[in-house]
Amino acid sequence: MASENGCGLCKISVKNIGVKKGSDILLSDVSFELHCGELTAVIGVNGAGKTTLVKSILGEIQHDGTVGFESHHGEKLNKITIGYVPQRLDFDRSAPVSVEDFLLVGRTSSPVCFRRNKKISAQLDEALESVGCLELKKRKLGELSGGELQRVMLVNALYPLPELLILDEPVSGVDAQGSEKFYEAILNLKHNYHMAIAMVSHDLEIVREYADNVILINKTVLKSGAPKEVFESDEFKNVFFTVPEKGALL
Amino acid sequence: MSIVYDFFGTVLPFHWADYKFMINALIAVLLIAPLMGILGTMAVNNKMAFFSDALGHSAFTGIALGVLLGIKNEVISLIAFGVLIALIITRVKNKGNSSSDTVISVFSSTSIAVGLLVLSYGGSFSKYNSYLVGDILSISKNEILCLFVTFAVVIILWAMIYNKLLVISVNRELAASRGIKTGLYENIFVIMVAVVVMMSIKWVGILLINSLLILPAAAARNIAKNSRQYLSLSVAISLVSAVSGLLISFYADTSAGATIVTVSAIIFFITYFIRKK
Repeated sequence: MASENGCGLCKISVKNIGVKKGSDILLSDVSFELHCGELTAVIGVNGAGKTTLVKSILGEIQHDGTVGFESHHGEKLNKITIGYVPQRLDFDRSAPVSVEDFLLVGRTSSPVCFRRNKKISAQLDEALESVGCLELKKRKLGELSGGELQRVMLVNALYPLPELLILDEPVSGVDAQGSEKFYEAILNLKHNYHMAIAMVSHDLEIVREYADNVILINKTVLKSGAPKEVFESDEFKNVFFTVPEKGALL
Repeated sequence: MSIVYDFFGTVLPFHWADYKFMINALIAVLLIAPLMGILGTMAVNNKMAFFSDALGHSAFTGIALGVLLGIKNEVISLIAFGVLIALIITRVKNKGNSSSDTVISVFSSTSIAVGLLVLSYGGSFSKYNSYLVGDILSISKNEILCLFVTFAVVIILWAMIYNKLLVISVNRELAASRGIKTGLYENIFVIMVAVVVMMSIKWVGILLINSLLILPAAAARNIAKNSRQYLSLSVAISLVSAVSGLLISFYADTSAGATIVTVSAIIFFITYFIRKK
């Protein structure tokens, strides 16, 4: 087991992130840190800005504030490799693209429709095996079940090996068995590669079971800390268990 | 070139192979068909059938521009205008506006109208009639050489950008998150399509060019399970329909382009029913 990974990244500091869309404020003054070897869950109600936060970290949308990366020895790093598993991949399910095609694309520059390099193919087998889906290799991407597709997306996000892995509601709409297999693979990664993992999730049971840290957001950070600490806080109860006042529904 | 004629004369001891124009036409379709088969796979993946239709129609304005500017070789103005319109339509499409099909249609009909307006000035449109259905039998040696150069360049470029295009066709955001410049690769692709379409439009015809691009790939897609099958089937279907269409047209005395497209349409329906089974 490695104590630090390839480039020696240690933490990711998110400072004062703010996002506006027209006159709507989607996020304001969001700050927190993600550490290697830890799974941090981001929770919040619908529309709290969880996916917006993910997109800001990925650099896909314009935002205020900074996302900084720091090495084990306190040095600043300009760029790190981020692996991303999207919420639900929206794609044309009739496309004749096999799992193998899809995953080889990032690993080789020669066209994947030609003959394959044996070494790369063996590496791919190993990667598929590690998340328990080697048997999916020849299947068409569009024929996979939700859970299978998410594990394939995970394999995709793990090459090149990222320092930070971001999961956006990775198993929403996936059956219990598929979801369990997925999280087993994630725990494996955390232990074996010491990577920082950030996960957006609706499923509080999953968060309680797997997360090391929890960040509760609603446009801004309401509470962060260990799962138990956050789940027992007043902020958490206010967000998830507020009973509408009498007359509020009228 | 005479070596080529001798070669075909020897290996093809048929009546039709006695005619130089048939050998020229055969070489031309052997170059055009694989290109259409290859480019068609991505055009269909990216739902660009309507786009390439509009691109074909823009040839009217391309020719008209050539006439107005006094360019002798209309292929130059055809390609220039085709590339321009391809880039504009792609930009409009990527704006994510739900009415992009309307915008494409506006471009398509405008370029037909403007083209016809200019070309019909003084009642002289009839000399451009051949552009409508094309005439592959009139292709010359130099034009075949041009096609050959295009063939080589497109194949090399294609091999270089294929993987990137494949990820983009699965999901643009995912491709972008992997650091792929989606806009750049998409533009290179549409430029390639525009050049190949415009190089071939004189031989295939404005009315049929889109079918040649879309039908073989659509047929292959019905039965392919992975990208290798998809590409090889598309090229094979394109070649089979092009060569058999050309020969049938010789004996049945029909338009070559129309016969080729009819053959590929038949193949499409066969694969469609195979998939339904």
